[in-house]
Amino acid sequence: MAHINVPENVPGIRSLVMFRPDAGQHLYQLAQVLLRGESPLTPAERELIATYVSHRNGCVFCTNSHAAAARSLLQNDAPIVDALLADMETAPLSEKLKALLRIAGKVQVLGKEVQQDDIDAAKQLGATDRDLHDTVLIAATFSMFNRYVDGLASLTPQDPAAYEPMGKRMAEFGYVMPEQAARV
Amino acid sequence: MAYIELSNDFPGIRGLMAYRPETAHPLNALAEVLLRDDDNTLSRGERELIATYVSYLNDCFFCQNVHGALAGHYLQCSLQEIDDMKMDAQGAPLSDKMKALMAIAASVQRSGKAVTEEQIAAAKANGATDRELHDTVLIAAAFCMFNRYVDGLGTWAPKDRNFYVNRAPQRAAEGYIATNLFQ
Repeated sequence: MAHINVPENVPGIRSLVMFRPDAGQHLYQLAQVLLRGESPLTPAERELIATYVSHRNGCVFCTNSHAAAARSLLQNDAPIVDALLADMETAPLSEKLKALLRIAGKVQVLGKEVQQDDIDAAKQLGATDRDLHDTVLIAATFSMFNRYVDGLASLTPQDPAAYEPMGKRMAEFGYVMPEQAARV
Repeated sequence: MAYIELSNDFPGIRGLMAYRPETAHPLNALAEVLLRDDDNTLSRGERELIATYVSYLNDCFFCQNVHGALAGHYLQCSLQEIDDMKMDAQGAPLSDKMKALMAIAASVQRSGKAVTEEQIAAAKANGATDRELHDTVLIAAAFCMFNRYVDGLGTWAPKDRNFYVNRAPQRAAEGYIATNLFQ
């Protein structure tokens, strides 16, 4: 049971933004711009950063839903997601993306953990300023979403199959507020 | 200076927002509705105090000074009084409801999962509504984002704490959305 009286049987952040759409609309817009808007990182790479941070924060709802979105976007390369969740360092990812994920992992701990050396290492592997900006802001944003979802104890489906349609929807339509989605 | 070339000299999150206005827009709109919108039973001062407290716990100099100065402006408290509140929220001259909400904010700062049923029950017993609980958790979570964005990219911040105090009345008047990103 969630800590507050949100719509029943609606999972995770969707139940929270239905409770407070005035705030929720900006959260969804932020997710849409950050994960689907113009960026040198692909939507799949950005979903992997979101998944990795959510996993490190132990947020089951965000980990499973963004892992499902990443699998849907990666299609034949979907097994990358599980390799990342098992061990980022040995996962079949580019060295540049691993350097960015290491930075995301530090942001998950605390902003100040990121040092000039981490930035230099990523730049030597080809990371641009925009790659670095988007990585840090995605990691920071999921440090918010994870706390929002778990801090209010929102409904977290336990059946992994429940996340597949969510991931497909997130891959196909992006981040659309629940009541708008209902009208489609 | 920041870890990336921002092509501007603005401090803290303002430099990042001018660098990337596309994400600045929803970030500012979120801050406005959470911290400044008057459709809220928590005062602007109480909400800025929660933001200050979380930013202090995350050791983010820029955010704790910007929002501490705003909290002081709204609550008519000195810099010292705001410092005392953020360093010892449970010993501060705050209502029992605010102390309960500050305890929840401190848990959120550590992890969403750190919030307990007992903390929620204590806040409700002291009169906290669902909307107040929601906003407390989301403000605390949002500052775990803002603080990481500001420090994770190594932005600079004015060291003189009076800089923030002096700017607070103007910032309170103009709000988060009306701020020109390029001034």
